[in-house]
Amino acid sequence: MKEKFSTLTSTAVPLPSENVDTDQIIPARFLKATTREGFGDNLFRDWRYDSTGAPIKDFVLNDSRYSGKILVAGKNFGCGSSREHAAWAIYDYGFRVVISSFYADIFKNNALNNGLLPVVVSDEFLAKIFAMVHQKPAAKLTVDLESQEVRLENGDTAKFEINPYKKTCLINGYDDIDYLLSIREDIRTYDQAHS
Amino acid sequence: MPKTIFEKIWESHVVKRAAGYPDALFIDRHFIHEVTSPQAFDGLRKRGIPVFNTSRTTATADHNVPTKDQHLPIKEALSRHQVETLRKNCKEFGVELYDLGHPFQGIVHIIGPELGLTLPGMTIVCGDSHTSTHGAFGSIAFGIGTSEVEQVLATQSILQYKPKTLKIEINGRLGKGVVSKDIILYIISRISASGATGYFVEYAGEAIRALSMEARMTICNMSIEMGARGGLIAPDETTFNYIKGRKFAPTGTAFDKKVEEWKSLRSDEGAAYDKTLQYDAADIAPMITYGTNPGMGMRVTDRIPTVEELKEINEQQSFRKSLDYMGLEPGSVLLGKPVDYVFIGSCTNARMEDLRQVASIVKGKKKAEHVEVWVVPGSKQVEEQARKEGLDKIFAAAGFELRSPGCSACLGMNEDKVPEGKYCVSTSNRNFEGRQGPRSRTFLASPLSAAVAAITGKVSDVREWIQD
Ligand code: SF4
Repeated sequence: MKEKFSTLTSTAVPLPSENVDTDQIIPARFLKATTREGFGDNLFRDWRYDSTGAPIKDFVLNDSRYSGKILVAGKNFGCGSSREHAAWAIYDYGFRVVISSFYADIFKNNALNNGLLPVVVSDEFLAKIFAMVHQKPAAKLTVDLESQEVRLENGDTAKFEINPYKKTCLINGYDDIDYLLSIREDIRTYDQAHS
Repeated sequence: MPKTIFEKIWESHVVKRAAGYPDALFIDRHFIHEVTSPQAFDGLRKRGIPVFNTSRTTATADHNVPTKDQHLPIKEALSRHQVETLRKNCKEFGVELYDLGHPFQGIVHIIGPELGLTLPGMTIVCGDSHTSTHGAFGSIAFGIGTSEVEQVLATQSILQYKPKTLKIEINGRLGKGVVSKDIILYIISRISASGATGYFVEYAGEAIRALSMEARMTICNMSIEMGARGGLIAPDETTFNYIKGRKFAPTGTAFDKKVEEWKSLRSDEGAAYDKTLQYDAADIAPMITYGTNPGMGMRVTDRIPTVEELKEINEQQSFRKSLDYMGLEPGSVLLGKPVDYVFIGSCTNARMEDLRQVASIVKGKKKAEHVEVWVVPGSKQVEEQARKEGLDKIFAAAGFELRSPGCSACLGMNEDKVPEGKYCVSTSNRNFEGRQGPRSRTFLASPLSAAVAAITGKVSDVREWIQD
């Protein structure tokens, strides 16, 4: 069972870069753990710390004005490798929602499989969120999974799509594996007929 | 109704289709490596369930392994632990492991095809995005996350929505010095690093048909670099000849029967795709990337675009950031740019043909003094074959060494890292920031182009180095 998701109201952390790949989210040299925990410390490692390990001041995670459980990111977020560690790192750091206008497929699946909600909004609405957060870092956003809506403080609202199956899983904390295990006999029959 | 090859394979693997659920898709072949599997095995342990069908599961150690002194224990503690965890898990759950020192060990996407484990018409997954490589055989092969690795271990199935289909045709013939790596870098430069997201690609056309299996694998391998989940090529005589006689491939009459089946694996006349793109092979030249995603590529003789030339205004910031990282000026040319490292390896270009191409260029020559060259074969079998053919001697005479197999500097998880700020011409598949080592800078290119860069010490046009 995963943590259940319904509605989240939080400030947001803006990361307007496009094509943020999973090697940036969590560089390969930090993939050596054999558990799921602790990856948050190395989230965006090489953007966050210089080669001596000192925080890079102007990177947003080191900017004390910004905090919250929502990461707002530029287009094509999570491209590149299939490492689920990217979703784990974002979740472990404390984020529960990512908002962008476009995601890589595998990242989106990985996020959904880990209770991290990837919200897709239009480029225009994304620009609005960036503008709002940059202007007022304390501004809050509400992400409502039930009604599939993102609401901004100023009343601006956007609907987002999510496939109904994944929505049910998130709301109830279900895993894909529960369903697959329930049809194990069908799978066994298929396997035997095709070997 | 006419069907695409993708639809034929997909439909024949649906175990269950229920309203409100994605398709439960049966997986014929599951590959495993040390980095993305430990948490999945833990999941099985927690649930107290076995691996559903161990005969469909194959493991190897590749991402973390040293490329020198592989017979010694791995020095770095965390890497060692990860490889040891894989050993322990495979033993406990009864999964076949091609461990360090095993004659079949190598990069997971190189050994599958080489051993005849990858066959036409299969569904294939691995916790690794370059699983798309196996599509070269006419199979549906795609990368998955660790939660999905657990699902497949537990049920030999995966829940998936069917992606859209994209057909990419390359017509005509390739020019001199142009190889399959250039085709795929060209396509990605045209449609961008996200241009095929949501699609499964079928590559077709005369120029694709003319390619060898190894060259086809290079193309399918990089499908993910344009966002596609996978890419496939319908099997033909080239495919069947490659498979025949491989270790785990069917033999005798079973093989002939299979070939008859495989022949039906092609898209029917008039089959509909969600999207089709066509390119002319004559338009493709030796390619090189200049930025920090594989879509930022150009002909080696072109110049980098200027900021003003970008189509979308909101891309300008990312573009500037990328060129800053690379230490390059917008609008400048790369030809003649000095490089520090050359890496020949990875699941994209570390098969025999790649090494032979490199050898054909460097034979009788020496590498440029200031350049460090790493040649890392894709598998133990490739390494052995290269030695048999004397390629190791050609490389040694040129001043570089043939190492032992692994992912190596493709992702810099072991000690093979390009140092901060240094330039590397690489035959791998990703030029992301820090991919080859923290703050390293990568130019992706073909094995031919990499070989020439090793000799000249600069970004060079391979066409000037080969006779007509
Ligand atoms: S060679 Fe590179 S891309 Fe291929 S599996 Fe290894 S790390 Fe991944």
